Amino acid sequence: MDAATLYHSVRLEQDKCKGCTNCLKRCPTEAIRIRNNRATIIRQNCIDCGECVRVCQNHAKVAVTDPVSVIDKFEYKIALPAPALYAQFPQIHNAAQIIAALYKMGFDDVFEVARAAEVVTYAISRTLINEDRPRPVISSACPAVLRLIQQKYPSLLDNVIDIVSPMEAAARIGKEEFAKKHGVPIEKIGAFFISPCAAKYSVVKNPIGMEKSNVDGVIAIRDIFTQLQSLAKGEMTPLDIERASTVGIRWAIPTGESEAVGMRHTLCVDGIENVKHALEQIEDSRFDRLDFVELLACTNGCLGGPLTVENGFVAKSRINAILRHTVDKQIQKTEIFDKAHQKFRMTEEVEPNEALQLTGTMAERLEKAARIEEIEASLPGLDCGSCGSPSCRALAMDIVNGYAHEMNCIFKLNERISTLAGEMVALGASTRFSVGGNREEPNEKLDNHAGK
Amino acid sequence: MMTIKETFPVTAGDMTCAGDVSARIKRQMKQVGVPAAVMRRVSVGTYEAEINLVIHSLGGQIDYEMTEEKITIRVVDNGPGIPDLKKAMTEGWSTASNEVRNMGFGAGMGLPNMKRNADEFQIESTVGVGTDITMVFNI
Ligand SMILES: Nc1ncnc2c1ncn2[C@@H]1O[C@H](COP(=O)(O)OP(=O)(O)O)[C@@H](O)[C@H]1O
Ligand code: SF4
Ligand SMILES: [Mg+2]
Repeated sequence: MDAATLYHSVRLEQDKCKGCTNCLKRCPTEAIRIRNNRATIIRQNCIDCGECVRVCQNHAKVAVTDPVSVIDKFEYKIALPAPALYAQFPQIHNAAQIIAALYKMGFDDVFEVARAAEVVTYAISRTLINEDRPRPVISSACPAVLRLIQQKYPSLLDNVIDIVSPMEAAARIGKEEFAKKHGVPIEKIGAFFISPCAAKYSVVKNPIGMEKSNVDGVIAIRDIFTQLQSLAKGEMTPLDIERASTVGIRWAIPTGESEAVGMRHTLCVDGIENVKHALEQIEDSRFDRLDFVELLACTNGCLGGPLTVENGFVAKSRINAILRHTVDKQIQKTEIFDKAHQKFRMTEEVEPNEALQLTGTMAERLEKAARIEEIEASLPGLDCGSCGSPSCRALAMDIVNGYAHEMNCIFKLNERISTLAGEMVALGASTRFSVGGNREEPNEKLDNHAGK
Repeated sequence: MMTIKETFPVTAGDMTCAGDVSARIKRQMKQVGVPAAVMRRVSVGTYEAEINLVIHSLGGQIDYEMTEEKITIRVVDNGPGIPDLKKAMTEGWSTASNEVRNMGFGAGMGLPNMKRNADEFQIESTVGVGTDITMVFNI
C-alpha cells in the first residue's frame, strides 16, 4: 500500500485548531506541522497512535470511526468486543453482563476478541517452536507499532511475527462459526470490532500483512458506552456462547500477550515513546537475551486506548476483578487451534514505509543530508516549534525538501530584521534624510562636500 | 564524489553522553536510506568504539565519512594505548573495572564485534600515545 494513500482515523478539525505547538511536539513520528497558524498532518507519516488526540486541549484532533449504524449494512451482525471493553464500566465486574448487553443492542452474535487472542497465542507459540526466527520476535498485535516499525525501524520488519492480530482472527472465526451454525452465507454476515483503538480503524481500511480485512466496521467504545451501560443493568438471560478464558482477557493488560506466548525471555513495553526507545535498543542488538517483545503504543496498552472512556489506570485495576469472574481454564484445543499457525499467517509482506527518507539518487541524498546538517548547525537548537516544524532538525529537513524557508525560524527572522534595520540606519546616516537625525545639526559630510 | 564528513569529540568517563555519537550517525544513515543491514553493522561498531573511548581511553574523537560506496569510521584517542593488542582482540578479554561491569559493560566483546561487523578493520595502538581504529563498511 502506498503510504500516501493510507486511510487515517486521526484527523484535524481545522476551525478548532489554534495553532499551538502541543501536538507538534508530541507526535512520535514528527508527522505534524503548523502552517498558517493551523496544524496539518503529513499523512504518510501518521501512524494513528492517537497521541495528538489525547494532547490537544482544543479537541481539534479527532479519531474517526464508523457510526453505530454501520451494522445495518448487514443482515447478520457479529460484535467483536476488545477485552478492554470489559474494564470500562464502574461496578460491573462480570464481562458476561457486557456481552449480554451487546446482544440486547441488536447483535446476532458476539465473538470475544479475547477468545481469538487464545488462538493467536497458540499460533505464535507453535510458529516459534517450529521455526527459527530472528530474535527478539516482535508482536504484531498493535497496528500503531507496526506502522512505526515500517517507517522508523524497517530493519526490524523480519522480527515481526507474521500472524494476524486477534481482531482479524476473531472476525474470521466468528463469521465462519456463525455461517456454519445458522447455515447462512458468509457475505451476509458483518463483523464489527468494538474498539479502544484508532489505529485499528485505519488498519481495517488499509490492512497490514493481508489484502483485505475480515472486519466490516470499527465502532469506538466511547460511542456505545452509554447505551451498553444501561443495557447491562437490566435482567440478563444466560449466555449460550463459548467464553474466553483468563489467558485471552489478559491480552488487554500489558504483559498479557508475552506471558501467554510462554517464551523464556520476554519484555513488554507500553507508551509510544518507550516503544521507540526499546526498538532503538533492539536495532542496535543491545539486549543480551530476548525472545519475544510485546510493544504497545498506548500507556497501559489497549486499556489506555484513545477511544476508551475510562482512565487507563482505573481500567487496569478493574481488570483484576473481571479476571476473577472469568474461567481460568486451560486453552481448549478445538480444531481451530490445530491449524491456527497456518490459517492465521499473514499473506502479504509487511513493507517498509520510506516516507521519512530523503529522495533521489544516493549522491543526491548525501548532498541533501549534508545540507540538512549545515542548516541545522546554523539554527539556534532550541527546538521551540515556533517555526511550525517540531524541531530545528525537522525545519532543516523541511527546508531541504522545499516545504519551508529559513525565515520560518523566528530567531533567523529576528537576526535578518536587525541586520536590515542596521543597514537602513547606515543607509539613512549616509544620506541627508537621516532617520531620526537632527536636521538642525550640521552634517559634516554634506557640509564638507558642499564647501569644497 | 559526494562525501559527508563529521567529527565528534568523545569525553573520557562521561557515561551520560555515551551512545550519542552512534545514535547521531544512525539517524543520518536512516535518513539517507543506507541499507538496513549495513546500518545495523555500522551502529554496533560505532557504539562499541564510542563506549571504549568513554570507559578505557583518556578521551578522543570519532571521524565519520559517508560516500556513495562506503562508510568509514575512524576512532582516535589520546591514550593510554593498549599494551597487548592480541589479548585485547580476544573475545571475553577485558580490563574493565567492577564499577564499569556493574553498569553492564566490560564483556570483552567490543573489539571483536567491531572487527566482525566491519568489512575492513584496522587497529594500531602505542602505549603512552593512543589507539587508532579504522572501520570501513561497504554500502
Ligand atoms: N580505546 C582504548 N584505549 C585503551 N584500552 C582499550 C581501548 N579499547 C579497548 N581497550 C582495551 O581492550 C580491552 C577489550 O576491549 P573490548 O573488546 O571493547 O572489551 P571491553 O570494553 O568489554 O573490556 C579493554 O578491556 C581494554 O583493556
Ligand atoms: S496499544 Fe492497543 S489501543 Fe493503543 S494503538 Fe496499540 S492496539 Fe491500539
Ligand atoms: Mg568495549
